[in-house]
Amino acid sequence: MARKAMLVDTSICMGCKGCQAACKEWNDLPAVLTRNTGSYQNPPDLSAKTWMTVKFIEYEADNRLQWLFFPMHCMHCTEAPCVFVCPTGAMHQVEGSFVVVNTDWCIGCRYCVQACPYDVARFDSDLGWVRKCTFCIDRVENGLPPACVKTCPVGAIQFGDRDLLIARARARVEELKRLGHPNANLYGETQLGGLNVLYILLQPPAVYDLPEQPKLPSRSIALNWLSGAIAAVVLPTFPLWWIIKRRMDAEAETSSSKGGKPV
Amino acid sequence: MTNHVADLANSDVILIIGNNTAENHPTAFRWVIKAMERGAKLIVVDPRFTRTAAVAHLYVPIRSGTDIAFFGGLINYILQHKLYQEEYVREYTNAPFLINPAFGFADGLFSGYDPVKRTYDKSSWAYQLDGEGLPRRDPTMTDPNSVFQLLKKHYSRYTLEVVSAVTGAPKGALEEAYRIYAQTGKPDRAGAIIYAMGQTQHTIGTQNVRALAIVQLLLGNIGIAGGQVAAMRGLHNVQGSTDLAALYNNLPGYLAAPTNKDQSLTDYLKRVTPGAKDPKSLNWWKNYPKYIVSLLKAWFGEAATRENDFGFNWLPKITAGRDYSHIPLFEAMLRGDIKGFIVIGQNPAVGGPNSNLERKALEKLEWLVVVDLWETETATFWKRPGVNPEAIKTEVFLLPAASWLEREGSVTNTGRWVQWRHKAIEPVGDSKPDLWITNQLIRRVRELYRKEGGVFPTPILNLNWNYGEGLPAAQEVAKEINGRALADIRDAEGKVIVEKGMQVPGFAALQEDGSTLCGNWLYSGYFTEKGNMAARRDNSDPTGLHLYSNWAWNWPVNRRILYNRASVRPDGTPWDPKRAPIRWDPEKKAWVGDVPDGPQPPGAIYPFIMLPEGVARIFCTPLADGPFPEHYEPWESPVPNLLSKQQINPLSKIWESELNRRGDTAKYPIVGTTYRLTEHMQAGGMSRNLPWLVELQPEPFVEISEELAAEKGIKNGDRVIVETSRGAAEMVAVVTKRLKPFHVNGRVVHQVGIVWHWGYEGISRGDSGNLLTPHVGDANTTMPEFKAFLCDIRKVV
Repeated sequence: MARKAMLVDTSICMGCKGCQAACKEWNDLPAVLTRNTGSYQNPPDLSAKTWMTVKFIEYEADNRLQWLFFPMHCMHCTEAPCVFVCPTGAMHQVEGSFVVVNTDWCIGCRYCVQACPYDVARFDSDLGWVRKCTFCIDRVENGLPPACVKTCPVGAIQFGDRDLLIARARARVEELKRLGHPNANLYGETQLGGLNVLYILLQPPAVYDLPEQPKLPSRSIALNWLSGAIAAVVLPTFPLWWIIKRRMDAEAETSSSKGGKPV
Repeated sequence: MTNHVADLANSDVILIIGNNTAENHPTAFRWVIKAMERGAKLIVVDPRFTRTAAVAHLYVPIRSGTDIAFFGGLINYILQHKLYQEEYVREYTNAPFLINPAFGFADGLFSGYDPVKRTYDKSSWAYQLDGEGLPRRDPTMTDPNSVFQLLKKHYSRYTLEVVSAVTGAPKGALEEAYRIYAQTGKPDRAGAIIYAMGQTQHTIGTQNVRALAIVQLLLGNIGIAGGQVAAMRGLHNVQGSTDLAALYNNLPGYLAAPTNKDQSLTDYLKRVTPGAKDPKSLNWWKNYPKYIVSLLKAWFGEAATRENDFGFNWLPKITAGRDYSHIPLFEAMLRGDIKGFIVIGQNPAVGGPNSNLERKALEKLEWLVVVDLWETETATFWKRPGVNPEAIKTEVFLLPAASWLEREGSVTNTGRWVQWRHKAIEPVGDSKPDLWITNQLIRRVRELYRKEGGVFPTPILNLNWNYGEGLPAAQEVAKEINGRALADIRDAEGKVIVEKGMQVPGFAALQEDGSTLCGNWLYSGYFTEKGNMAARRDNSDPTGLHLYSNWAWNWPVNRRILYNRASVRPDGTPWDPKRAPIRWDPEKKAWVGDVPDGPQPPGAIYPFIMLPEGVARIFCTPLADGPFPEHYEPWESPVPNLLSKQQINPLSKIWESELNRRGDTAKYPIVGTTYRLTEHMQAGGMSRNLPWLVELQPEPFVEISEELAAEKGIKNGDRVIVETSRGAAEMVAVVTKRLKPFHVNGRVVHQVGIVWHWGYEGISRGDSGNLLTPHVGDANTTMPEFKAFLCDIRKVV
């Protein structure tokens, strides 16, 4: 089956936050307490209870003001760093596209939270496991589009065959350039093996705080565990020897009533 | 709207002014995006760079309250560059009509102004008439007394320099906007102007809308696919509510409310029914008698007979010339003249202008009934912060109302589409549908009149009110609104067209002899013998013009594009054959496409059938404050009027008092405006009680420019006080690049924007933006001037 993906055309996104509300509603996520800190962006960041938020960016360059909207959620990377580092395999990939957490297996180690270059995965301290956007896999597997796709009033978020979406996106980027957006670009085609949530951006990725070319962590799980295991054996060796030696020395001296415990 | 929402997809250029469509009508905005996907250009004109401006091709900043200057410049541009659609203007508007030579304009006033009475004697504004009583015309439109030449003369004063100086908009941006929009004057180009409260909520609000209507007429943009005056109404059924006479000066279907001067039905009809001598003028309002009589039969049933004028004198009558709209209502309440108040699904304590005054006014009531889903600020005015409930004598009743999901009925959107809504779930707890509540009120009041008599019980006792004891069936009410025959209705040849007891197929079957009843002539056709037309869900689009004629039903008679006879030349050929809403089929001898504005063949009648002239009014006499829009400054303005010596609209409605003082520039130098957000709904009852929405926008805020913030030492996120002569509100400061200081005639004028959704109830509480706004209103509609006033701002220490 052709790989599925989402394409977000930020040039027609109007920042209505319908996608945010739909995500909360579908996934039964509670509202979080927020304050207005001087921005329309709320909640200000993703969290275990907020799997989608729209970034609001005021960008002024070349005498032109833009208010850029960026609906942010998990990028569902093909070579996902979170999957790469997960020691139990709780974070896994389905059908080459969707990166989801099997909460039965998640031990809450938060390696994935560290590894994600987009700072998406977050630890839920109430539940004890990591949570993030699921690509609405429960909907997709039942022939429905993700909640954010369904809700978007202008069709900024689209869902379908990845190759078709990329073809559409490339044409749209060219059109945007003709319409006076010389920096328009498609983000997600190649990053991390290809993101399954692609974005048509009006400005370079850095303007949206996106890494140009995010990298996988340099070591794999197995190596991590092996080195951890080795370290677990090797590292205590010297201090253990020193403790035991001190104790033997101390016992050799013992006829005194000092008798302190070994350190 | 003269067309409808989906028709926006047909436009080549869309100008959005005084409306933030993406923000407040996100679902409708999809049709604007569809137009843009076809290559259409979007221009946004707004004091602030909004969420709509974010996706537009061109953004033009203008100071709040200067829309007529903007449009005046556009009219001038169109005329100077000859970009108007000449044949359309000549054939379909009153541009060639000659006006009384005594008409004039000087020093900001039209001829006939009486400064004592503050009104105009309009005799110098009249058309010149020929021997047959028809308006005299100059088809060449060169006569100096022609509307066309008067128009040219009036707007020659609105040069680019003047417009830029008044609005604060850069000349380059203005010229670019004018250039792009004026292209729609070509016969195969269509332009739509979308507007809403940013146009209407001013003391010159009606003239703001008139100005954009003139632009549309000059460019031939009315009656065509993609061309319209697109009013975006702010709620899903406000169109339905005004259609069914929520406004004090209407009866259902926009019939005039009777006044004390109408002592009989004949008096009334003489006053309201226009005559037209031109045989080519269809003059549709000549049918007034059929509509008012059918309405009276719907309301009074068998009790209404020819002998008693069909019960005409049982209708409540307003005092001729008196204003009963929102502001004077609350002024009367403040004086103690109003004993009781029923508020249904409205929250004036937050939504009304000058909150301090209006909340104080509520204290004077003897009783108040609030029908709502939530305990709103209006329901709790008596225990609001800062008052002693012991001192307030009002008896308050809160009737819990069922939401739209818990009941069935129709809603009418801004495009005049009547769409049926089905019930999804049972009402929660004791909440009841509005139909049940209204039925109970009338039944019980009627019973009291029966038992106790009372003053003038006749109208109540004679009401045709038979909906049973429980919840009236929405379909039964709908059928009555549609209308039915009380006797066999025959055509001119004597053939029966509607049998007794049957639903009428449309308003053409309504009679003035009492043989039909109809709750709203405009809605006639919506629930016929064929069934509930509003419940239809066929989304096929055979013309490709997004008409969707079999989806739901719209008034009138399911005609999607109003005045569509103006989409063809007098000989019947479409201006734009590729996008013709109607086309004459010479074999069938009928029009195909949308429902035409009359079946008559091409050229037989004029297209603007609701006016006695039959052509559209570029020069419009009935308005109170002038036949042409003229720029005046808002009641509170930081600058003198550059266009004339007349500072404000001479006919603006003003109630100056201790609680409604006019601020001066020295103390309040900043222009303030108010607006809404996507995440919240109106006065906040529906949205500030929902955690998922509160999370998205948790607190009220004021948007200020970086320059103003620097001047005042305010940082993004600081708490600030915004203050006017009427009140003060604490807000979060959102310091933004999207507002910039205006350069108005060489002076720097700052502008701020305040959101008004908040109040002292709900999960999310905060100060109301309307603590700041004034009790002054438009010269014609008394719409409050929410959109332009003077304020100051300081940091909370």
